[in-house]
Amino acid sequence: MTAPAGTAPLLDVRDLVKHYGARALLGRSAPPVRAVDGVSLTLGRGETLGLVGESGCGKTTVGRTLIRLQEPTSGRALLDGTDIFTLGPDALRAFRRRVQMIFQDPYGSLNPRMTVGDAIAEGMDIHHIGTKPQRRRRVATLLEEVGLDASYASRYPHEFSGGQRQRIGIARALAVEPELIICDEPVSSLDVSVQAQVLNLLSDLQRARRLSYLFIAHDLAVVRQVADRIAVMYLGRIVETGAADRVLSAPRHPYTVALRSAVPEASMTPAAGRIVLSGDPPSPAAPPPGCAFHTRCFHPKRDERCRTERPELRPLGSVQVACHYAESTP
Amino acid sequence: MTSLLEVRDLRVSFPARGGRTIHPVDGISFALERGRTLALVGESGCGKSLTGLALLRLVPPPGRIDASSVIRLEGKDMMSFDEEAMRAVRGGRIGMVFQDPMTSLNPVLTAGDQIAEAVRAHRPVSRRDALARAEALLGEVGIADPSRRLGEYPHQLSGGMRQRVMIAIALAAEPEIIIADEPTTALDVTVQAQILELLDRLRQERGMAVLLITHDLGVVAGRADDMCVMYAGQIVERASTRQVFEAPAHPYTRGLFSSVPTITGARERLTPIGGSVPPPTAWPTGCRFGPRCPERFARCDSMPTLRRAAPGHEARCWLAGDEA
Repeated sequence: MTAPAGTAPLLDVRDLVKHYGARALLGRSAPPVRAVDGVSLTLGRGETLGLVGESGCGKTTVGRTLIRLQEPTSGRALLDGTDIFTLGPDALRAFRRRVQMIFQDPYGSLNPRMTVGDAIAEGMDIHHIGTKPQRRRRVATLLEEVGLDASYASRYPHEFSGGQRQRIGIARALAVEPELIICDEPVSSLDVSVQAQVLNLLSDLQRARRLSYLFIAHDLAVVRQVADRIAVMYLGRIVETGAADRVLSAPRHPYTVALRSAVPEASMTPAAGRIVLSGDPPSPAAPPPGCAFHTRCFHPKRDERCRTERPELRPLGSVQVACHYAESTP
Repeated sequence: MTSLLEVRDLRVSFPARGGRTIHPVDGISFALERGRTLALVGESGCGKSLTGLALLRLVPPPGRIDASSVIRLEGKDMMSFDEEAMRAVRGGRIGMVFQDPMTSLNPVLTAGDQIAEAVRAHRPVSRRDALARAEALLGEVGIADPSRRLGEYPHQLSGGMRQRVMIAIALAAEPEIIIADEPTTALDVTVQAQILELLDRLRQERGMAVLLITHDLGVVAGRADDMCVMYAGQIVERASTRQVFEAPAHPYTRGLFSSVPTITGARERLTPIGGSVPPPTAWPTGCRFGPRCPERFARCDSMPTLRRAAPGHEARCWLAGDEA
């Protein structure tokens, strides 16, 4: 379900780079942390792109830069053809109506001193949407839409469970009628029984409102549940991207293979040939030269080229892979 | 035959508002056998972690273990042990691995010192011998270049390495039992696989028993021999892991399975459990899962006992099995 040919994607990110400052630490100069090191991606209307990877791979930084919570080091991000990164204050305000974010921590992302109703209405207040009574009615509708009772509007966040708070966060994001929602680990702090409720809710809202989601998560099974396409990140770069079913059923990058194989599946059917990577991901402050994954790679063909020459994303069948030897990945 | 660890009717009480008493762990019974892994599985607030702490008599005050609870280590009544005897059990015969190695390790002591300290707490050896033992343990838990890592502080180690150090500390006194409470929850999935393999290898090599406490059914599959599913302070299902995965007998367990997205098979809409886990102050008097259960009927207003669903398979549900 990629955007139909001939129509421009809603979001088009080109060569996004975010380096954190090379600061001198105790007299020694530290190298910059290459959190995001050249990421390109597109997202169509009504589509979900799953951005997956382990901690430190840069996936959260991509999301935060795209919503201008952090300034990029370089790169472009076009929303309907307009570069997000060059927006002035007025344009930025208009942009924030179109793009919203849902955070991982439903406890930390709501102001404890604001009623649920005020928190949901805040965006409408800022953007001067509707009259006060209209906003109040809209808050009630939104609460019901996310599966909560309209009477909750007068209560405070601490009265709610994690799952209910995440629903409140979703209602708050929906209040300004965005086209794109960046979901950063939206279910990873929820219990599984509640996680499933929130995933279903996100799917229903997407269908009803033709929302686009950039869905950032570490859990491949969760991403598979919601994403049309996925992009796998490792040390600040996308190493494989394509249709979710395609990438997960026949991964071509050795890292995707390992990530896929490491998912603890709630099934007694043993995973065939489980691959357990050795070591930890290297630090993004000192990424290995060549292919950043070569220090942990198990591809039988890995060689000198992997240690020196950085593989770029290239098409292979219906997916794109950044591996010199993707054709023969076991 | 005497079980290595036998727990019968374990109950933990906490004072609650209005002079009430709550029981976050409410009548747990299980047995842990040598060389086997038993998983305690459940969502947050089910009492699984508190059960692990209670086994070491480490319930945080003002909580306390009810006197009627039975905890037997090789047949010996642990409830009657004095503090000194308990110190020999904690970290001695029973080692513990927690979720977050960063907060469980001392930030101002090197990895080597912390392991050596654990060795010396239970063995009368010199500091030098204890450090040599620490180095051997680091090697055993799969840390490359153990002599260098010995001198490093927790912040210099990755999350996976810190968890390996925690496991080395837990192994220091050659325990017969390891209680692992969400040992991989804070770790990346590729590192999680390494740590689970390590625990499994150590269990086999040393013939230890492992009590694996987790919320993740995926971690249990293929790792635990037997499992107990917990809900609202009680065990609601107990059987071999294979039996539970192949034919879950409690509606809660079935609900957990249908809530978990999978990486293989058809992509279908998830079937979540409605509502959320009630706090101990709001547990119903009948079946505690009743208010969320799709199969609830009149009888659920009274509390079911664990009933035989199949040989070796029990579920706390009136619909389980063929008993009248």
